[in-house]
Amino acid sequence: MKRLLILGAGTAGTMMANHLHHHLSADEWEIDIIDEETEHYYQPGFLFLPFDIYEPEDIVKPIRQFIPAGVNLIQESIDRIVPAEQYVLMQGGDRLRYDILIVATGAKIAPEEVPGMLGEEWKNSIFDFYTFEGALALRNKLREWEGGKLVVHITEMPIKCPVAPLEFAFLADSFFKNKHMRDRVDITFVTPLSGAFTKPKATAALEHLLEEKHIHIESDFAIEQVDAENKTIIDYGGRTVPFDLLVTVPTNKGDAVIERSGMGDDLNFVPTNKATLQSKDWPNIFVLGDATNIAASKAGSVAHFEAEILTENILRFMDGQPLKEEFDGHANCFVETGNGKALLIDFNYTHEPVEGTFPFPGVGPLRLLKESRINHMGKLAFRWIYWNMLLKGTHIPFVSATMQEAGKDFD
Amino acid sequence: MSERIIAGAPVNVNEEGFMTDFRQWNQTIGTELAREADLTLSPRHWQVIEYLQTEYRNEVPLSIRKIGKSGVVDIKEFYQLFPNAPLKTAAKIAGIPKPASCI
Ligand SMILES: Cc1cc2nc3c(=O)[nH]c(=O)nc-3n(C[C@H](O)[C@H](O)[C@H](O)COP(=O)(O)OP(=O)(O)OC[C@H]3O[C@@H](n4cnc5c(N)ncnc54)[C@H](O)[C@@H]3O)c2cc1C
Repeated sequence: MKRLLILGAGTAGTMMANHLHHHLSADEWEIDIIDEETEHYYQPGFLFLPFDIYEPEDIVKPIRQFIPAGVNLIQESIDRIVPAEQYVLMQGGDRLRYDILIVATGAKIAPEEVPGMLGEEWKNSIFDFYTFEGALALRNKLREWEGGKLVVHITEMPIKCPVAPLEFAFLADSFFKNKHMRDRVDITFVTPLSGAFTKPKATAALEHLLEEKHIHIESDFAIEQVDAENKTIIDYGGRTVPFDLLVTVPTNKGDAVIERSGMGDDLNFVPTNKATLQSKDWPNIFVLGDATNIAASKAGSVAHFEAEILTENILRFMDGQPLKEEFDGHANCFVETGNGKALLIDFNYTHEPVEGTFPFPGVGPLRLLKESRINHMGKLAFRWIYWNMLLKGTHIPFVSATMQEAGKDFD
Repeated sequence: MSERIIAGAPVNVNEEGFMTDFRQWNQTIGTELAREADLTLSPRHWQVIEYLQTEYRNEVPLSIRKIGKSGVVDIKEFYQLFPNAPLKTAAKIAGIPKPASCI
């Protein structure tokens, strides 16, 4: 009997368990999946929780519910991977030998990276919304906050779902409008990037929205420290931005298990072949989702496209066939823009987000890079699709794993 | 993409003014690009530029964090040498692409 071991039962690991369970014979392969948590969080919901749009029960379900019968779920912390000897050491001391390993341990926030961020003001006037606890604490704060300077801040790239902080700023604008207190809130968006986004066309569209909503932008801001006492953030050039309420996205890092295993880069992301998803160092280790170092968005949609391609590659690897160099960095993200609207972006390693129609070229019904209500319905429907299709590895009709060029207005 | 003359030589640049062919770069062009950014290059500037170019040749993606840990320059000094947006400014002078800080 051979063993396939999956580390992490989040978005990516759960999808791989469902795909592979379907393809592998139970007589030949044992599949185990490990996670230290018992709950699975729908992380895109962390954006809505602070504004009382979702309730906690909308975005938390037991991990076990999504693991197919026949796959063995182990609920324990992983201490380290020992790739040279093909085993995983568990915190309790067990050694799990593997023939093939899939690393899907995701990314976490590391607020300790910035001096002054953690301290008395953390969860008092400084919040994150990238964790369940952070989003919930922020919800409670926003329910009673009386206004002042709101600063929405990105520490450094890469981060999960790179548009989420912008969406937060847009949703904050409509939240305060609905509470009839927008005139008492000053919103500033602070980013280490040179603009609202990394790609020119999407940046132009998003900066136009920021202006329309009277959200100021401070770009090229590389934070050095938080001065919690004087409530300001300070960058290396000495620039300061004052806040009454700081909503920050701290540095995102791969899990410490990657560091303990000596398998990561300086942010604990695992060097991975960007087209095959095989580890660059170990042929029988594959990596997907937020844990990789590839230059694709760290998003659930990306993990979904990766999982379809990686499943095929793992089956090929088992058969001794060459791997397909198929992953193109495809990402597909709804961007909430507030007031019941959203826009949609679809892009890959080489093609930036542009205007057009999706998924049917020339038809839609979704419009790319343009605000619409139907896009917002799409974003809300994504939660249902996530729990009922994505995690189970069901193919989403009409949406291919690689990006489609038809229906897009490239110059 | 367009061609412009820098320090007497034709050079390919993109719409943001970053050179698109590193092989066309030389120190005179670097000095001229620095002047356009209101900078006079000291030996420290050159050390940092050489470091960035080596990383570029080795296909190592650049970030402020990596530069801070490089041992060549700390982030504070990097900002003093190339004020405001140091990575962008230094990359432009070094003739290498604008660092793509992932998506
Ligand atoms: C605020 C926010 C908004 C987002 N919005 C969107 C969106 O609109 N659309 C979209 O597509 N994506 C969105 N994302 C991103 C998406 O949630 C992630 O990209 C996706 O969940 C990544 O899946 P993953 O499996 O790689 O990591 P995760 O789902 O984070 O799973 C990693 C798992 O590994 C486990 N683990 C890690 N280390 C250990 C260890 N040492 N021992 C045991 N277990 C361990 C963890 O407990 C966890 O369950 C958003 C993310 C955030 C934070």
